[in-house]
Amino acid sequence: MSAVSNVASSVRSAGIAARRADFPALHQQVNGKPLAYLDSAASAQRPQAVIDAMVAHERRNHANVHRGVHQLSQRATDAYEGAREKVSRYINASGSDEIIFTRGTTESINLVAASSGKMRLGPGDEVLITWMEHHSNIVPWQMICAQTGARLVAAPITNAGELDLEAFHRLLSERTRIVAVVHVSNALGTINPVQDIIEAAHKVGAVVLLDGAQATPHMRIDVQNLDCDFYALSGHKTFGPTGIGVLYGKRALLDAMPPYQGGGEMIRTVTFEETTYNALPYKFEAGTQNITAAVGLGAALDYLSGIDFAEVARHEADLLDYATERLSELPGIRLIGTAAAKASVLSFTLGDIHAHDLGTVVDMEGVAIRTGHHCAMPVMEHFGVPATARASFALYNDRGDVDQLVTGLKRATELFL
Amino acid sequence: MNELQELYREVILDHNRQPRNFGELENADRVVEGVNPLCGDRMTLYVNLDGEQVSDIRFTGTGCAISVASSSLMTEKAKGHSIDELRTLFDRVHEMLTGNGTGADVDIDALDKLAALSGVRAYPTRVKCATLAWHALIGAISGSRDRISTE
Repeated sequence: MSAVSNVASSVRSAGIAARRADFPALHQQVNGKPLAYLDSAASAQRPQAVIDAMVAHERRNHANVHRGVHQLSQRATDAYEGAREKVSRYINASGSDEIIFTRGTTESINLVAASSGKMRLGPGDEVLITWMEHHSNIVPWQMICAQTGARLVAAPITNAGELDLEAFHRLLSERTRIVAVVHVSNALGTINPVQDIIEAAHKVGAVVLLDGAQATPHMRIDVQNLDCDFYALSGHKTFGPTGIGVLYGKRALLDAMPPYQGGGEMIRTVTFEETTYNALPYKFEAGTQNITAAVGLGAALDYLSGIDFAEVARHEADLLDYATERLSELPGIRLIGTAAAKASVLSFTLGDIHAHDLGTVVDMEGVAIRTGHHCAMPVMEHFGVPATARASFALYNDRGDVDQLVTGLKRATELFL
Repeated sequence: MNELQELYREVILDHNRQPRNFGELENADRVVEGVNPLCGDRMTLYVNLDGEQVSDIRFTGTGCAISVASSSLMTEKAKGHSIDELRTLFDRVHEMLTGNGTGADVDIDALDKLAALSGVRAYPTRVKCATLAWHALIGAISGSRDRISTE
């Protein structure tokens, strides 16, 4: 803790300061400066509690899950299934059999596209997405559309980076079989009106998948209240480890879907003539899963359960406002994505300075930001930029981090302009 | 600012602000497109050959300061040299940028202005920004019709 930014400490509120202390990676020097980690939209840091839970599992309880009669296998199974229970409760699924562990949001979407897509789509059918999707909510649908003869349709976005709802409703029709929409945009921060989208999609008989990768760090999710059919999320964006994610699906839909991959665990009986498949959720979990990461995700959700998300929302809104105001003072700044409903993402360009040069210069100031197309090339195309710099905030950031970013950006301006 | 000045030397900043040989070359003998898929850097290299010698060379494209400056410096250096000389130069520059070489340290002085690019070596994530132009050059003098990619 000795390396905590002393620049930042004066402007840090007590509640938030306590949380920041929970994340060991934040307390270090980078390039001789205190680290200002503004890349949580790419991957969030983990609290000590998550690291401890994973280490404890690795040290004492590791074995393969299920079917083992020995003590360690029982402990590992309890830990793994316990993590599933935690996910189920955290997002308010109607049961833990609706929670499928995957490698991450990308695999969750691929699972639905390959399995549900194969079942639901044919020539003349349509999958409706938006222009602000991450590539992982575009490419899997392109692949299944190519296989089934269905058509991929993308609803446009406005200059503020909001979904053009009028166009979305116009594109939604009886032909729409699947609607796949990002809950919170990774490149723009836009929070989509998912409740309206889900309601409208259900009216035409479509199922709805929400890509929740960027939503879970900022808000509590209640899948039953949303009434979405599928919800995909990633462990490492939610203060947990990489290599683990979740697909939530409504039981009736998952039951009717064919398996995604074949292998162990997903079967009930196997002969060379025929295989009968296991019950939910195991039908979709072929092979040994990332058990320790599931335990880590469970610990992350425990950690988040003790946090008041109304307070997080206030804190992050304050940070975003502060950052927007400070960055707007810089000559040549262009903010990309100015939606009214926005999460903690600030995408921008600064004069003619290339995003990668900005990234390198601010790194010298200890500031970690992401630069590039953010796996959302259609978004970049819409705004006519090859790349942006993106600062993203999480509950552990503070105004001092923003100040450090502004210092770095001023350096870049001095250097290049 | 010391580390930054080591990477973004005055020569690089100058060539980024005012890239030399920037623009299309109509009816060029060789046209090669180079892309750096991870960054989105993109350049098109136009080369005219007089026998074995590069008689004219220009480029267009967008990229970061390192990539633009490297392209500019490369075109400045390549003009008037033979294909064989440029292959040798490529090896030297590549060694300077990546540190992967056959043995003897590169004689930085012999590289003249190109030595300004050597600061990139300390930034593994930026090396490809600098090498793109050089891969495109090799593609062009080898008569490659493919798109050159750093990946």
